[in-house]
Amino acid sequence: MLLEAGSGHTAGPLGMADIFTLLYFHIMNHDPKNPSWEDRDRIVLSNGHICPVQYATMARAGYFSVEELKTLRKFHSRLQGHPHREYLPALEISSGPLGSGLGQAVGMAIGERMDKGRNTDKYIYALLSDGEMDCGIIWESAMLAGRDKLQNLIAIIDRNGIQIDGYTWDIMPLEPLKAKWESFGWHVIEVDGHNFRALDEAIGEAQSVNDKPSVLIAHTIPGKGVHEFERDYHWHGKPPKKEEADMALRELRTLGGRVVSEHE
Amino acid sequence: MLNITQRLNKKILDDDVEQVPVRNGFGEGLLEAADNDKSIVGLCADLTESTRMKAFADKYPERFVQMGVAEQNLAVVSSGLASTGKIPFITSYAMFSPGRNWEQIRTTICYNDRPVKIIGSHAGVSVGPDGGTHQAIEDLAIMRVIPRMEVIVPCDAPEARKATNAIAQTSKPTYMRLAREKTPVMTTEETSFEIGKAYEMWRNEKVDVAIIGCGPLLHHALVAAQELAEEGIGSVVLNSHTIKPLDIETITGLAREAGAVVSVEEHQAAGGLGGAIAEVLMQTNPVPMEFIGVKDKFGQSGTPNELVVHYELDAAAIADAVRKVIKRK
Repeated sequence: MLLEAGSGHTAGPLGMADIFTLLYFHIMNHDPKNPSWEDRDRIVLSNGHICPVQYATMARAGYFSVEELKTLRKFHSRLQGHPHREYLPALEISSGPLGSGLGQAVGMAIGERMDKGRNTDKYIYALLSDGEMDCGIIWESAMLAGRDKLQNLIAIIDRNGIQIDGYTWDIMPLEPLKAKWESFGWHVIEVDGHNFRALDEAIGEAQSVNDKPSVLIAHTIPGKGVHEFERDYHWHGKPPKKEEADMALRELRTLGGRVVSEHE
Repeated sequence: MLNITQRLNKKILDDDVEQVPVRNGFGEGLLEAADNDKSIVGLCADLTESTRMKAFADKYPERFVQMGVAEQNLAVVSSGLASTGKIPFITSYAMFSPGRNWEQIRTTICYNDRPVKIIGSHAGVSVGPDGGTHQAIEDLAIMRVIPRMEVIVPCDAPEARKATNAIAQTSKPTYMRLAREKTPVMTTEETSFEIGKAYEMWRNEKVDVAIIGCGPLLHHALVAAQELAEEGIGSVVLNSHTIKPLDIETITGLAREAGAVVSVEEHQAAGGLGGAIAEVLMQTNPVPMEFIGVKDKFGQSGTPNELVVHYELDAAAIADAVRKVIKRK
């Protein structure tokens, strides 16, 4: 996708692939053939720049054809460089400017509760980046969700440690991140963002908390699955070249040479 | 002469004309709209009483969200609520919403196409003693350039009430600007209000100039029109309460008839109603035009009247602008 597009973000989407897979194929109640189904759970992607992984997951889940993924960032494509729901209405929100997804998820959670009461079992999953924690509005939204005890809101922070200019601990240290969220009235779970079983249990725990919103601090590896890309912030905002893309796909498809790819 | 078909307040030009804050009309309108439509919700950034959302919040506490002093969050949470089928009204002072949260309004409300109604109170220099930090005079410019956004400036409390009911029924993101101080009641229950439809408040037999305004300053425009008529200068005073979508047909026709235009607004002279009119007339029917507005300056403390006079927004300044523009014909 990124090679075809010629621009875009590499590290974040790879690091979040496991979480997107789990949400779309195991956790969420949704219907790819009826995206506006009223009783659906909602995924609210705040850091819109990692949209390639959302598009790829949605295609595999049946929202549109896998072939369409090659139109990413192209003129008239439904797959805009940053998500735009006017072009792809199956998206819950348009996003890109950081910080605004959590508040929209808070609004959705409040709206659900106005309609269905506190015992609503419709969940709003807000996907956030750690770099986004620099934005003041995140904490405005966090404060409101904590005050209103929005138990149907589950945030997942992609704690991959990188942002455009460098590592988060060099740019704007966030720790103690867990204590920050706890002090805003949230139930906080730290979890390995690449361990399906641990993630599944963490989301189950979050769903069972009925007097607070929950947040998973998901420790992920940016560029996960491609040795060359992993943990290197230079891969935050650039696409691979042809040889790099071939190498990356081979590594991902063979699990680093451990299995034989069906694409070979 | 006053346009009798619009059934304006008969005492409109009397010294003892009734004075009511525009924002009061919003408070009444919101309650009516909320009674009629359960999907209307209200959010406020710690200014519930002064933005006149309190009556709604008291009657419908389950449909009200107190946001605290967090205007960016005010915009994005309202967008989220709208995505669940609500019609959110969000209130603060215009300086903070839409002043502080412009990008959130652009991306999460307009780009997302959510029917959020942004109510900016205490707009204009007539906020008075609070000073320049609290006097929003750039709000119309920053709102009208965002695609999908509709922009409305009621001239008095009855018009604000009608406008509130009208915007509650559209699926459009909307910005409505309100004034703080008591201002003359110019319209009545019978006066028409339709989004995007300007109407004449005053017309002389001979029309030398079109005075096109919005908001409470229209009262100054009417006083100026009366004074000018005594000098033999005939005018039309047009209430262009909707800045977007602008009533292009009416404004172009009137400019063609009058041959000169003066715009009147409590806003920077650049970028607001006057700017919108000039953009249209340059393409349809260019005529000499003067702009009544703040000339690239910030406001300051003072009484509303002192400030309106100081920034040359009053009846005398409007009359001067008319005399000047006529000479340019």
